[in-house]
Amino acid sequence: MDVRYINAFIGSICKTFETMCRMPVTVGKPEKKGNNEPKTDVSSIIGFSGDAAGSVILHFSFDTAAKIATSFAGIEITPKHPDFADALGELANMVAGGAKCQFQGLNISVSLPNVIVGSNHNVSASKNSPRVIIPCSTEAGTFHVEIGMVLTQPAEAIRLGAQM
Amino acid sequence: MNILLVDDSRTIRNIQKNVLKQLGHTDIVEAEDGVIAYAIFSKQPPDLMLVDWNMPNMDGITLIRKVRETNKTIPIIMCTTEAEKSRVLEAIKAGVNNYIVKPFTVESLGEKISQTMAKATGAAAAS
Ligand SMILES: [Mg+2]
Repeated sequence: MDVRYINAFIGSICKTFETMCRMPVTVGKPEKKGNNEPKTDVSSIIGFSGDAAGSVILHFSFDTAAKIATSFAGIEITPKHPDFADALGELANMVAGGAKCQFQGLNISVSLPNVIVGSNHNVSASKNSPRVIIPCSTEAGTFHVEIGMVLTQPAEAIRLGAQM
Repeated sequence: MNILLVDDSRTIRNIQKNVLKQLGHTDIVEAEDGVIAYAIFSKQPPDLMLVDWNMPNMDGITLIRKVRETNKTIPIIMCTTEAEKSRVLEAIKAGVNNYIVKPFTVESLGEKISQTMAKATGAAAAS
């Protein structure tokens, strides 16, 4: 995957968590998703369609997810709270939107958030598109952001790095 | 001052509600999609609308176009993750008065709400 896409997502992750959760994120080295897919308790998924197709997935443990949701909402959000999935879905929504606006020249639509909650699950995505895992660490614990995106039109049409 | 919050995320609506309460506004109605919001608007037009873009059933841009068919004056603020210039222009064309990109700080949200209300009140006083 083009490193510029990855950088757009990294920038958006940092901005989203700093702004909405007042939580600085330290981003580790992005790795290609291998065969041992990360086990996770909560996965917030946003799909992309249009000039690029794919998805971004935020993977959390229950503990980290609850701490992050609590910082975001400003009230205590446990995994049993009715807004638990809502909060984590909306964070994924912001990460997706912030990255998408950097892909100037591409017309991309985002899906509504889907959040999978279940102890120790994994999310299998299409083997046809390369997927990258970005490790992120915060004071609330670590989480992983998985991205996979393929262009549905030629790459020359894209100019990256533009900001509003 | 009656304010209608339209967003499919209850977490976002709660954050917006807290900001509005800090600004002294407590007359707040909520809708989780454009269909519900339009029904509320049709019964009793609010004094301000805060509208998300991506929602199920009816999205925010469709809602705003529908509202503007019959009401040109209600101040509408779009609050969305859609940050591309083309989207902002599309929203302005549809009739929004202000635009807030998520993620936002509570301070910036408060400022934009106050700004939009002050402008609307000024315009109403001038006419
Ligand atoms: Mg939404």
